[in-house]
Amino acid sequence: MQGFLDRLMAQGYFAGVPAEVVYAIGMVGFGLVVVLGFILTVAGVTTFVERRVWARIQSRVGPNRVGPQGILQWLADGIKLVMKEDVVPHDADPRLFRLAPYVVTMGFVATFVVIPFTGQLVIADMNVGILYLTAVTALVVVGILMAGWGSNNKWSLIGGIRSAAQIVSYEIPAGLSIFPVVLLTGTLSMQGTIQAQGWAPYHWFVFNSPFTFAAFFILFISILAEGNRTPFDLPEAETELVAGFVTEYSGVRYLMFFLVEWGNLYVIGALMTTLYLGGWQIPPVTSNAVVQNVLQFLTFFLKSYFWVLVAMWIRATLPRVRVDQLMTTCWKYLVPIAFLNLIGQAVWIVLFPDGSRLAQALMTLLGFGIIGYFFYRVVFHLRRARPQMQFSPLS
Amino acid sequence: MSLTGYEVEVERRGSAGLTTEEMTLNMGPQHPSTHGVLRFVVKADGEVMIEAIPDVGYLHRSIEKIAEKVGYHGFMPYTDRVDYIAAMFCNQGWGMVCERLAGIEVPKRGEYCRVIAAEFNRIASHLLSVGTMVLDIGAATPFFHAFRERERINDLLEELCGARLTYNYMRIGGVAWDLPPGFAEKSLAFLDQFEPLLDEFNDLITLNKLYIERVADVAVISAEEAINYNLVGPNLRGSGVKYDVRCDLAYSVYPELEFDVPVGCGEEGTVGDCFDRYIVRIREIKESVKILRQCFKQMPDGPVIAKVPRKFKPPAGDAYVRVESARGDMGWYAVSDGTEFPYRCRIRTGSFSGISIVDKVSRGLMLADLVAVIASLDIVAPEIDR
Repeated sequence: MQGFLDRLMAQGYFAGVPAEVVYAIGMVGFGLVVVLGFILTVAGVTTFVERRVWARIQSRVGPNRVGPQGILQWLADGIKLVMKEDVVPHDADPRLFRLAPYVVTMGFVATFVVIPFTGQLVIADMNVGILYLTAVTALVVVGILMAGWGSNNKWSLIGGIRSAAQIVSYEIPAGLSIFPVVLLTGTLSMQGTIQAQGWAPYHWFVFNSPFTFAAFFILFISILAEGNRTPFDLPEAETELVAGFVTEYSGVRYLMFFLVEWGNLYVIGALMTTLYLGGWQIPPVTSNAVVQNVLQFLTFFLKSYFWVLVAMWIRATLPRVRVDQLMTTCWKYLVPIAFLNLIGQAVWIVLFPDGSRLAQALMTLLGFGIIGYFFYRVVFHLRRARPQMQFSPLS
Repeated sequence: MSLTGYEVEVERRGSAGLTTEEMTLNMGPQHPSTHGVLRFVVKADGEVMIEAIPDVGYLHRSIEKIAEKVGYHGFMPYTDRVDYIAAMFCNQGWGMVCERLAGIEVPKRGEYCRVIAAEFNRIASHLLSVGTMVLDIGAATPFFHAFRERERINDLLEELCGARLTYNYMRIGGVAWDLPPGFAEKSLAFLDQFEPLLDEFNDLITLNKLYIERVADVAVISAEEAINYNLVGPNLRGSGVKYDVRCDLAYSVYPELEFDVPVGCGEEGTVGDCFDRYIVRIREIKESVKILRQCFKQMPDGPVIAKVPRKFKPPAGDAYVRVESARGDMGWYAVSDGTEFPYRCRIRTGSFSGISIVDKVSRGLMLADLVAVIASLDIVAPEIDR
């Protein structure tokens, strides 16, 4: 972003305006575009996509009335929620209750400052980008605790406390799984991490060494847990706590919470893509800057959205874990494994300072072998699928 | 001193200068996962429960008293509402108790029709039970698959008797109508298609490690406890006691049918945990499929209902009849005083005993387990309150 603005200034636009002001206005302007144009749309459409994906996995259809194939359903839901009555429970803490959704939204939107869209389009490529991301997602914990306590409802309180414990605990394996990549690149900046990878799969960090391969999966599990997604969605366990910490919320405040939940899926995908899957790197097919940017954006977006779909798939398939099982998984299993992983990666770098081509090739083959075996099993099941899976009345 | 839920006692315990309180929670009549309108007053120390006292009566409709007003014939539709998820068994129970009072014998074909309707209803009820159990644990997809199959059974039973849930199919002396033409073929086609889908359901959730972790070794009820607390049906069989009214107190045409009685054997945890009760229901579905196939093969021709006078006046006396409902041994007791209205009708249901053990078994469990316990005991509120 800064380079882009520098080029514009060099070409003579913004003459007479100090550089800092140009940067500030540029960042704020682009941030607004990102928030209004990108986040709201992506989070909104994700609610619709989730409902359709859920429905298809469950042998039913999902929303298909509002707009062609139901694609405007999220707009209809949004408008309905905005038009609802503003209900604040009688004995709820007035300031905490009202402020909580906005704290949570702040914690979520602030992550988009460092998420790159293309090589040049990022609001602010901080040199502590990844650290900033992890730090800012912890704001969500504060918001959830405020919501749980401020609702004056014991079920919400339990949901809020569970969620706080969960997010705080899973920050540790998540952070520990980010470090192997930082060891490889030596920089915490998101763009720097992407630039250190290449466009080809065997240059991606996920296939760099067995330890980054393992860290990839640990990271995915941990940030699923941080995002309150099944199998770790106890804070909103519908069947136990009605709706957990959002029980007492309705209307716009509810909309905020759920925008955050679904938008968070995209942040999960973006983090995985940046760190391990080569980000927006494309093969050098064109030198036209605009086309390059478009292709880079598409690559990054598709890679991130793939993880959104995987998270939805997992949610539709797996049951929920209990709170003590959740904590056991984190502290007794994920944290030691993540630590050992980190040490292993450090040893690997000492042994192979420039990376080992053989290991990269082997890991790439392993990765594609797993994907290939998965598709083989899918085809196997499709061949055995019976038309009875589609419900049709007997008459 | 136990709470009815209207008084709230707060105990403060102090140790080393830190006072803690127990939390009294209300898992109220409106809750997504109490099966029906039930209320639990839960005293919890954080996530661990200390007490979970049930508060029943939200669904009491004085059905037993209504029997004294509408007469023997007129009571049949009311029996559907006693347990609307397994309504055929209630119909059968009331029909049998009236027949025993008056000494009526149901023709063979009528008995076979009854068994077919009842076993279809058992499959439907068990599908609902396991579907909602896995939904409560968190898995949404197997719930929809179970309900898809249940919809097909509802379609079949709608063809049979006109209703999807409260059937009113049986009458005193037999059943209301014979099987419609083509019903046997459609049912057999359904059964052929249903059995492999049950295996798919098992692949998806029963053998899922996360699910097993949630339900194995949770709320273990030993055989002795189960008998002491009067549990029946899959709850009792899940604790290892092999008792099934269809086999042990044979009634209707069950002696002519061959089927096994699945019993919990602690395969994933201890005998009598939630997983055992769950897997007993899954296996009972398979047994019901077997029974249905035999029935369609063995059905004789003939009338489906015996001649019963319109003004039904059984001789004075009383009778107690037991039916193996989806939820267990359902007891029907009727006292007749010679008129066409029963003097007293009393229904003994399995869910009533099931809910009495919830408090005992949930001490020391976590809040998330309470939901699993209620679901595994297959408690439905209409049966408790009548």
